Amino acid sequence: MVAKIIENNSSPFNTVDVDPITLDLIENSLKNARHEMDATLFRTAMSPGIREQGDAFPLIADHNGAMLAGQFGSFIQGFLDGYDGDIEEGDVFWLSDPYTCDGAVSHANDWLILMPVYREERLVGWGAMFGHMTDVGGMVPGSLPTRAISIFQEGIRVPPIKLYRKGERQDDILKIVLHQCRMPEWAGADLNAIVAACRMAERRVLEMCERFGDDVFVSATDKLLERNKRAMAHLIETSIGEEKVSFEDYVCDDGRGYGPYKIKCTMWKENGRVILDWEGTDPQSESSINFLMNENMLKMFFGIYMIMVFDPQILFNDGFYDLVDVRIPEGSLLKPKFPAALSCRTHALGRIFDVLGALLGQRQPEFLSAAGFSSSPHLMYSGYDKNSEWFQLFQIGFGGIPGRPFGDGPDGHSLWPGFTNVPNEFLEAYFPLRIERYESIADSGGAGLNRGGNGISIKYRFLEKGTISIHDDRWFIYPWGVNGGNPGMRSTKTLVRADGKEVALPSKCDDIEVEKDDILYYNTWGGAGWGNPLERDADKVALEVKRGLIGIEGARSYGVVINDDFSIDVAATDALRVEMAPTIKTDQIFNLGPSMDELRANCLKETGLEAPIQPTWG
Amino acid sequence: MDYRLGVDVGGTFTDLLLIEDETGRTYRSKVPSTPDDPSRAVLSGTQRICDMAGIKPSDLSFFMHGTTVATNAVLQGKFARVGLIVTDGYRQVLHVARSLVPGGLAGWIIWNKPEPLAPLECTIEVGERLDSEGNVLKALDEEGLRKRIQVLRDENVEAVTVCLINSFANNIHEKQVEAIVKEEMPDIPVSVSSDILPEKQEYERALTTVANSAVRPTVANYVRNLKNELRGQDMNGQLNLLRSDGGLMSVEKSEELPVALLMSGPAGGVTGAVWVAKHAGFKNILTLDMGGTSTDVSLIENGVPRLTRDTEVGDLTVRTSSLDVKTVGAGGGSIAHVPELTQALRVGPESAGAVPGPACYGKGGDLPTVTDANVVLGYLPKSLLGGEMDLDVDASSVAVQKVADALGIGLKQAASGIIDIVNENMFGAIRLVSVQQGYDSRDFALMAFGGGGPLHANAIGKLAQSWPVIIPSAPGVLCAYGDATTRMRSEMARSFSSRLDTADGAELEAVLKQMASNVSDELAGQGVPQNEQEVEYEAGVRYQGQGFEVVLPIKLDGFAASGLSVLSDAFHKEHEKLFTFRLDVPIELVNLRVTVLGKAANVKASKIESGDGNPQAAFIEHSTVWIDDSDKQASVYDRDKLRSGDKISGPAIITEMDSTTLILSDHVAAVDAYGNILINPAN
Repeated sequence: MVAKIIENNSSPFNTVDVDPITLDLIENSLKNARHEMDATLFRTAMSPGIREQGDAFPLIADHNGAMLAGQFGSFIQGFLDGYDGDIEEGDVFWLSDPYTCDGAVSHANDWLILMPVYREERLVGWGAMFGHMTDVGGMVPGSLPTRAISIFQEGIRVPPIKLYRKGERQDDILKIVLHQCRMPEWAGADLNAIVAACRMAERRVLEMCERFGDDVFVSATDKLLERNKRAMAHLIETSIGEEKVSFEDYVCDDGRGYGPYKIKCTMWKENGRVILDWEGTDPQSESSINFLMNENMLKMFFGIYMIMVFDPQILFNDGFYDLVDVRIPEGSLLKPKFPAALSCRTHALGRIFDVLGALLGQRQPEFLSAAGFSSSPHLMYSGYDKNSEWFQLFQIGFGGIPGRPFGDGPDGHSLWPGFTNVPNEFLEAYFPLRIERYESIADSGGAGLNRGGNGISIKYRFLEKGTISIHDDRWFIYPWGVNGGNPGMRSTKTLVRADGKEVALPSKCDDIEVEKDDILYYNTWGGAGWGNPLERDADKVALEVKRGLIGIEGARSYGVVINDDFSIDVAATDALRVEMAPTIKTDQIFNLGPSMDELRANCLKETGLEAPIQPTWG
Repeated sequence: MDYRLGVDVGGTFTDLLLIEDETGRTYRSKVPSTPDDPSRAVLSGTQRICDMAGIKPSDLSFFMHGTTVATNAVLQGKFARVGLIVTDGYRQVLHVARSLVPGGLAGWIIWNKPEPLAPLECTIEVGERLDSEGNVLKALDEEGLRKRIQVLRDENVEAVTVCLINSFANNIHEKQVEAIVKEEMPDIPVSVSSDILPEKQEYERALTTVANSAVRPTVANYVRNLKNELRGQDMNGQLNLLRSDGGLMSVEKSEELPVALLMSGPAGGVTGAVWVAKHAGFKNILTLDMGGTSTDVSLIENGVPRLTRDTEVGDLTVRTSSLDVKTVGAGGGSIAHVPELTQALRVGPESAGAVPGPACYGKGGDLPTVTDANVVLGYLPKSLLGGEMDLDVDASSVAVQKVADALGIGLKQAASGIIDIVNENMFGAIRLVSVQQGYDSRDFALMAFGGGGPLHANAIGKLAQSWPVIIPSAPGVLCAYGDATTRMRSEMARSFSSRLDTADGAELEAVLKQMASNVSDELAGQGVPQNEQEVEYEAGVRYQGQGFEVVLPIKLDGFAASGLSVLSDAFHKEHEKLFTFRLDVPIELVNLRVTVLGKAANVKASKIESGDGNPQAAFIEHSTVWIDDSDKQASVYDRDKLRSGDKISGPAIITEMDSTTLILSDHVAAVDAYGNILINPAN
């Protein structure tokens, strides 16, 4: 730790006895405080990215910086390690450069606010939150340049600095930063909203200290951390083996024509600890798909996946960090070297979840879901409207949730917590576009006993000349099915020019110029299926055909033959199911779809795009 | 003489309250509810209470009714089969919804999505299109629509909803569709989104309108039966139903707008609290209505309950005004458990319900509930409902002992732990309506009612520092008080996008006046003469670009001249109060709302006999209770025998027919002139 914490009151906290009830009261209060942070943020932020889509994450930490409530693990330690100044009462810190905080935020669009909470001149905790800014400058609107080859092209980087110094806002700094952004009003308001949310955390922590006493609060939070550790130790003991398990998955391409990029992880247990070793992951990319993965954040993801099915009410904290060891090779896609570009890390971040799910699920069937919508595709559209005013849309798309042991994956939903779509009537009122069709794509979810959710097709009509950028993945490699379930359908992006000419757009592209009345079909991928599709209730299949969620042809993937009036041809269905039975590979856990060679061979024909070139590394 | 009757149908009992307008004299009655057809209990109760007062149903001038018939239809999924007509390209508007998966990271692993309220097979698209300003881009394809309506017939839909894109800006196509559906399907009720909710956001508008359609047949059926039966008893007075927003509407209007009834039940308690608070002399109140499975809380400021634009019932959230009542899954039946993995004490949200109920009810329940914890601690008398129901104390001990064993602590410690946790959960709900909205709970009194409210109120008052804690004189029939004493109400809202710095005050004033005139006519149609109406105006305002608006009142007098700048100042101030900061960016107007109210009922509260401050006459016995980690002697009193001015020091228990009040150590309860109990800290 380089940072120096200034406390005028140096008396240590006394460890005191905390009865189990007080412990649970404090746990509940922390949980409530976290939700209050979210509520404050959503009500006051301005960019649709935060206020409608919920792209922001809160944290409450103890005086040591350990996460007590939150979702992404603690950002505090990474900050303390990277900040070489004093920390004083009334200070509020701000940063956005991933390389200065060990990847606590992983691209420069995420602005992180950290607020030390002091009581009687002693540090008692931290409030923190980061949120995705619509624009932080750089080479393209939205600041997520696909073709960037260094972080210097990705907008302004804020190193750890004081936004407030002893309670006073440093307006000049704020001015300089906002001046680099294409949407300074949104960024300013969103930053204010994040600070307000952290103030809410501060207020609640102080109230708890007041109500229970500082020593009780600190001792209780220690116990909460311990409780998580105990629970996780038990889960690790019973559900993870000493034998190594591996899984690998891919980011399809880097936006510069190269790909796919392999992400590989091997998991095993050693002396009661879990090792997650990413050896075998490809080296870093020249473009911006690198993901500077914070080890603590990964531990948190792992822990949450482990515990979700056992005590969903638990308030997750990072007390179990000692039990997990994360090893990431230097210079890899997941630990790129400065100044590698990082802005488009969303694909690799998403794929981490598929890999974790697959690793845990190989031993614990209750975890094993199929592969799915493990990314958040983006659309950017910007230009000048009819009043010559700059407009800039940043929209996150959604798709199919994977088939799961608990049931079907919902169609067109978000895998990210708290994310929602932006109402189309809102988009049409504030941006020069119309959304002429908005629906999930029949048959895009992989067939299965529990089918994958369908991807979404959005038909945009652009009403002004402008440029668009697209960030998506899974256009080349299929989302994999499990336990006999089929892979989901891949994503596509098609631009239909006003003169009727169709262009297949790459999954990742910038600076595509569009004219008035050009149409974009933005199709996301479907979640894959879980379990043998021939065992799915034929009546359910028939009903979904009627509902337009499965096509008559698609019903055959379930071995179900549907007549034109949506009734079931029972005899033909029986025959087809018998015929198909030997083709369903229920003995294989994963159905990855076609081999890499087949994918390459058929790529142009199937997608209208050249296959990515296999990257090589000297 | 004028009589008004308030009738509130709850899950277990139907409460009735008859008020003689001039004297304020009241008659109360309780009859068992008849869930299969709630109107039976209403009718038998009406007859019974009229007999008690020696009047006939034909003597009733007003019949006011709070009903959970719409709420229960939602909770039990008893929906009509609704057909939905949408713009081409939007068939899946309800299916895809807002794409939100509830829960945290990895919440998707365990979440199963509920079915849409209008099934996809009953949803058809029609060719047409408006832009967001309401200009017609593509005319309505009438012929195509007529053909596709066959699908709705084939699917046997029982109600139809029309929701077209951008119809908040222009209802022309929706009205055309409505006319065509009425021609093609003459017996089917049609709900139109621009009538129900003329506001931006297609999903919320569609869902709200579909919800209206989905509960419409059930509600219409119920209110028609009730009306016919009452009219059959020569009850020719006015029949009104309690809306979610705490106002009343005519029985005829409720058939068209049943979605406005979704929170009718809880609204009764809040409006009842308003009435009690007015007489007791308190303006700022937090209400706590604790039932068997859940607890409702709300906030009353200056005698007016806070409203919200969203109404939540079960999984359903619709955009209609309702009193801002927050519900937590914490009630007398909430089950305590200790997950093996984390060894934490959790209470609820699972509930033992009425059946099997808490262990002490002896109906087969053996899981430890909040009620069992209260029994173990000695807070509840050994029999309830005036002796109709005995409690099995041993069964409670056995059940709570399981929690004690799992935590490795004593029986009483475990029981008081369960109470502490459930109190904390209720306190969490109080924070949602107070501190989270910028209110300090210390500036409010806490009024508790419902079966369990008075038992937990003192402890929650301590947590929230809300004093006094008020236990109204009839905590069990407070809802019926609300039904009987509130006012007629109607409202209209519309989108109105405009920047405050460029808006035209005169134009806005004209729009508001037009809206007021429409709502006023409507309320006149429900029997409230124009000279008895009171009109209120509100605007939803935000910093340009924000997603949520702050609702502010508007005064129409002089609005054209200075109203906009007054509004803008008020907004900055309110934003700072709510969120700790203000911004230097343009302010925009998002929507307007006009509310018209009828005359307030002039019902007097009746006073109880005054005493000398000594409650001895009401004393029943001494009893042992566990408070502050030890056994203490508490005095038990009979509420019916208390007189005004009586003072009781805690620990003490006050029992009455359907409720029990617990007064903690170091607290004092005083009885006021109307029989309300006011609890304060002793010092």
